[in-house]
Amino acid sequence: MSALLAVRDLSVTLRSGGEARMLAQDVSFDVARGQILSIVGESGSGKSMTAKALMGLLPPNATVSGEAWFRGANLLAKGSAPCRGTGIGLIFQEPMTALTPVLTIGTQLTEAMVVLGLADPAEARRRAIAMLDRVGIPAPDRRMRQYPHELSGGMRQRVMIAMMMLLEPEILIADEPTTALDVTVQAQILDLLRDIVRDTRIGLILITHDMGVVAETAQDVLVMKAGRTIEAGPVARIFTAPSAPYTRALLDAVPRLDRPGSSAGMVAGAAAGKTLLSAGHVSKTFHARAGLFASGLATRALDDVSLDIRQGETLALVGESGSGKSTLGRVITRLTDADHGAVTLGEENLLTLRGKSLRAARRKIQMIFQDPYASLDPRQRIGTSIAEPIAIHTTLSRAERQDRVGGLLARVGLTPEMAARYPHEFSGGQRQRIAIARALAAGPVLIVADEPTSALDVSIQAQILDLLADLKREEGLTMLFISHDLAVVRQIADRVAVMRQGRILELGPTEAVWTAARHPYTRALIDAAPVPDPTRPRGVRRPVSGDFAIGALREAALGHWVAT
Amino acid sequence: MTSLTDIPNGSAPPGFWRRMVRSSNGVVGLIIVLGLIFCAAFADLLAPYNPARMGTGGRFLPPGGKFLLGTDEFGRDMLSRILYGSRLTLLIGAVAVGISLTAGMLVGMVAAFRRGWVETLLMRSTDVLFSFTETLIALSFVAVLGPSLQNAVIAVGVAAVPFYARTCYSAALVETSKPYFEASIAAGAAPGRLVFLHLLPNVLPTMIVVATLGVSTAILAAAGLSFLGLGAQPPTSEWGYMLAGSRDYINRAPWLMTIPGLAIAITVLGFNLLGDGLRTSLDPVERR
Repeated sequence: MSALLAVRDLSVTLRSGGEARMLAQDVSFDVARGQILSIVGESGSGKSMTAKALMGLLPPNATVSGEAWFRGANLLAKGSAPCRGTGIGLIFQEPMTALTPVLTIGTQLTEAMVVLGLADPAEARRRAIAMLDRVGIPAPDRRMRQYPHELSGGMRQRVMIAMMMLLEPEILIADEPTTALDVTVQAQILDLLRDIVRDTRIGLILITHDMGVVAETAQDVLVMKAGRTIEAGPVARIFTAPSAPYTRALLDAVPRLDRPGSSAGMVAGAAAGKTLLSAGHVSKTFHARAGLFASGLATRALDDVSLDIRQGETLALVGESGSGKSTLGRVITRLTDADHGAVTLGEENLLTLRGKSLRAARRKIQMIFQDPYASLDPRQRIGTSIAEPIAIHTTLSRAERQDRVGGLLARVGLTPEMAARYPHEFSGGQRQRIAIARALAAGPVLIVADEPTSALDVSIQAQILDLLADLKREEGLTMLFISHDLAVVRQIADRVAVMRQGRILELGPTEAVWTAARHPYTRALIDAAPVPDPTRPRGVRRPVSGDFAIGALREAALGHWVAT
Repeated sequence: MTSLTDIPNGSAPPGFWRRMVRSSNGVVGLIIVLGLIFCAAFADLLAPYNPARMGTGGRFLPPGGKFLLGTDEFGRDMLSRILYGSRLTLLIGAVAVGISLTAGMLVGMVAAFRRGWVETLLMRSTDVLFSFTETLIALSFVAVLGPSLQNAVIAVGVAAVPFYARTCYSAALVETSKPYFEASIAAGAAPGRLVFLHLLPNVLPTMIVVATLGVSTAILAAAGLSFLGLGAQPPTSEWGYMLAGSRDYINRAPWLMTIPGLAIAITVLGFNLLGDGLRTSLDPVERR
């Protein structure tokens, strides 16, 4: 089988402010008909730059060298017309921003076909409706009249795929196509891409950082790091016998959904711990203001949620976006006020505290946020940020505070001298360490971590998870860990609460929930998650749909509660 | 796993001054403004004549010779008047902007921080004031207080408050919703700490840029009021007032109008360029 696209020695150099940086160096690969090639790497590996070079979408200060042969022409040669659309199609990560918000789906789908002379408007419309149907969008003729904001993220990504496929490209480049999507939707989109490749025999280049996605879809893998090709080969060999140490490290860093986590051994001990914090019948409804007088849409973020957190355990809140998991975390930290319910810590109901007594109580519960770039004050030295809780709650002198800060920095794997630097001098992973140090500073009894690793590269994520596990083991830290990533949760949590639409559907010890999930939604969620193991049968995951039992929790086994 | 450890993303970004110097606009603006400050500070030494002394060498002398910029209808030296006028101009700019910046930031930050009915009250009042043009507000203020340079400056300052309040409000709103601000709340920080240690330092750079650009607007507005006879009174050497007085001699001595006009234009340009330069160099580059 001859290659559709043959890339040889592709290099991209970016020039800015007098210095030149190689973003991709001597990258070579082939894509054949019906083949799915995955380019994997962490941020800064040059995987997206490679794709942009092929599409002729590089910024003006970038220069490209090498060859890319497609349909008998070199795409990278000077003056060659880019093959966008009809030759090579591109799907972006963010389906919201990739579609024009002010035009209807129908206009956007048919526009290119008409402009390129592939079809007259009536024919284009007919084809567009057929294609929407093909990519699994219900009631396609109605969708044609809708605007992008009226569709969900998964729907928009389907529309993007339909838009590209209408131009009948021979190669499709998908740049992190499922990263912004929920896990169940991700599974459906990957299934769809696989189906399209099988039926139309196009070549697919799938760019991703997620080893699970690679294992689920690709036939061949190209591992990149810092612009260079580290390793290339069939997916089975890369996963079972990686030759490069970097590939092995990358695979080791991926949390495994199909294997018990490191902290699982401590479940028994933790389960015996007494209740530290207890949330009872917490409800919260958000009202979107529609106008001056009209009352807008009400969203039930939390619907009568009750939950105990035990001393020394890590309790994970799992759910897709909109499940209310973050809202529960914010209610417990009093960043969002609940409508009803109580959160009791010791003898105190946190939700009724006001003013001074609330500020004093805040010392006991600290928070770690998702975005490490926004969670530190950019105009304060990090030492000042870390010392803030100490300055608020203790009467320690400046020198004593500095001592404490130095100790905390060392505790999270940084050096005390770094206290004098500003946040922008640190990487994402380092900033998250600093945020952890700040959360620990005042000696809290509970830490609420809201997706603390989802903005980080997989290797950095592994380090941060290790740090959190260390803190738990050595200092008896109690943590509420909010995440959408089931594999991460399995690795770190003692108990799991699965949330959907503001309700807890299942709650139990991590291993029990994994190996014997009792609620159909939990099972669907676990089935949908990609597993970094190419030997697993593909495309057997069931989509999550329909109604689930959302009634009161009933104890199905010891400590394992399921909604009825 | 050495290959997978955290690598800091490059060195620290170039400092404020390096970025300032790189923006040629900012450098030109800075030179003009510094020159203006120099003139104002040393007007006593630089000015060849007393700006109020009449009949030094004749009326309506054209620029050149003994009187570099000529003389006016009373035979006063134009160069000296312009030099002394720069003092007033700078003072007007600084005081007027000082008034609007202080009041505007107070309103904006309180509204963004307190939310609820305080926010509604403050911002809706601002909206009402916004619906009148600044000149109209300034005019009515002077009408109440009486025409004088001092009142004109107060009027110009007050008239611009809604603009500063709005700008500060939106900047503060962005900051209060960021995780670092919430982290401070969660740490138990009292309102004073939140406002002065987190909110103020983070909205200040934006407001400094706005204020620098605002100096030129304030100078123009005050000159406008003086031109209408509601600001500086004779024999003050205020540029707007000088412009107004030259109207009657536009054919006989066009330089009487051109020179103060140019002085105002160059000053406004200088502050605008400086504001531009500050914007590029203060723009945070912290995020990736």
